[in-house]
Amino acid sequence: MGKAQLVGVGESAYAKWGKIGDVTEHALACQAIVRAVEEAGLSMSDVDGMTSFAEDRNEGIFLAAELGLAELRFSNMVWMPGGGGGCAAVANAAMAVEAGQAEVVVAYRSLCQGQYFRFGQGGPPRENPTLESPPPTVQQAANPMLASLGFTMPYGLLNAAAAYALPTRRHMHLYGTTSEQLGQIAVTFREHASRNPRAVMGQRPLSLEDHQNSPMIADPHRLFDCCLESDGACAVVVTTEERARDLAKPAVTVMSSAQGTPKGYAFGPFSNASVPDELYATGATESLAKRLYAKAGVGPKDIDVAQIYDHFTGCVLMQLEDYGFCERGEGGPFIESGALAWDSGSLPTNTHGGSLSEAYIHGLNHVVEGVRSLRGESTSQVEGAEVCLVTSAACVPSSALILGRS
Amino acid sequence: MARWFPDGMPQPMADAEALPWWEAASEHELTVQRCSDCGHMRLPPAPVCGECQSFDLHLTEVSGRGEVYTYTIVNRPIAMDQQVPFIVAVIALDGAPGVRMISNLVEIAPEDVTIGLAVEVAWEDMSDDLAIPRFKPAGG
Repeated sequence: MGKAQLVGVGESAYAKWGKIGDVTEHALACQAIVRAVEEAGLSMSDVDGMTSFAEDRNEGIFLAAELGLAELRFSNMVWMPGGGGGCAAVANAAMAVEAGQAEVVVAYRSLCQGQYFRFGQGGPPRENPTLESPPPTVQQAANPMLASLGFTMPYGLLNAAAAYALPTRRHMHLYGTTSEQLGQIAVTFREHASRNPRAVMGQRPLSLEDHQNSPMIADPHRLFDCCLESDGACAVVVTTEERARDLAKPAVTVMSSAQGTPKGYAFGPFSNASVPDELYATGATESLAKRLYAKAGVGPKDIDVAQIYDHFTGCVLMQLEDYGFCERGEGGPFIESGALAWDSGSLPTNTHGGSLSEAYIHGLNHVVEGVRSLRGESTSQVEGAEVCLVTSAACVPSSALILGRS
Repeated sequence: MARWFPDGMPQPMADAEALPWWEAASEHELTVQRCSDCGHMRLPPAPVCGECQSFDLHLTEVSGRGEVYTYTIVNRPIAMDQQVPFIVAVIALDGAPGVRMISNLVEIAPEDVTIGLAVEVAWEDMSDDLAIPRFKPAGG
């Protein structure tokens, strides 16, 4: 059995958080899946598997029935919160087709925070407590995740911008990383987005001065260190090598995939202050990266283009170190060298603009861009790109893919 | 008793492992979980020791002293009437190697916070049943 192939990608319109109100999150998932399957040159009756991640509200069994799948043979969701599971959802689809559990599996993610709750709000607000409000006390936690958040929320640590400021601040302390170096990440990705018609921020140029003048959200995170909050959906079609041969688009090979959570890490700095010292100011993806490269038979020098999960600029910087593009602590100077810029840098990164500038679809849009960048279809195309690294959220349990031109 | 944060701050949630930690906190006892078999200490509490897989675990009181491991200064209010900015810090606890906790720094200006700063616990009684351990500069 050969390697699984990515043969179709699709997406809904992307918009700012709360701007898609006339189409449900569920319908957006359907749109993205229909477009991805059509792009592949397949029909919906060919699809027999569904995978997602990040507590997706849109369960495969319902999508399968609504979309008209002939039979659902594989339905699966990566069991981790946040954006760490996007590449793992594609990897699960790849494993399913490689193992013969299913033949055509769609990995999807739909996210309309405006239609549900906005991340970082920390549950129902206790607005305006009055004399009639019961006095604050300890509440029952329904599961271990909520119990661990019980050790953060009473201190006002509710949102990701503050949580991931903690490892980034420590990185600055240990290695002298600067806010300007973080800002250069945001500026570079915004420049890439300027050529991408799908990018929510494509028409909004950003300078380093703009970054430095943007409001401080949670020190050292300024507004433009933080990713967008978006409404939208995207999907990737995964099938066997044999089935991929005569489809509409050039196939992209899943050269390797890996998923990883180091010992004692749990949900990482968001809810676990006792993350081991050697992991605290990292993306916690170094061991995952080693396995990923070994399975693909390539190393950092072989990566032509990278799509790196960019929830916050500091998390991008720490991943660059984890994935071996520079030494530990050298992420700042590496960024200053212009390495991430298309088309002059040594590692053009987030050629779609990333979550900082295209859209925040929990990073599945990074897989979509990875496919396009190996087909020669990116709006910031690296000429002759043959190998692409795609990562999912770091500083949480994570996953990653190495994709190759077939 | 000193108050630094408003009543409307998010309330702790606890499962069976975490509830005794919060009950000790209500008595102004700052504790960490310790394995009775191998001595490994951890926070948050868990049902089983990650080093020797013993289920014989107990809470042990620590001094309440420690140092700032990392921090962030948050500029968005969490609750009604909350003063911003406020400081969220990770505190490495003395007497409990490798064990840290999230908390807030109080009685210090944001610009004076540094990594490595020596701190000590400062209890804030949010109600008769709920005390939250914040930290302030040691000897301050």
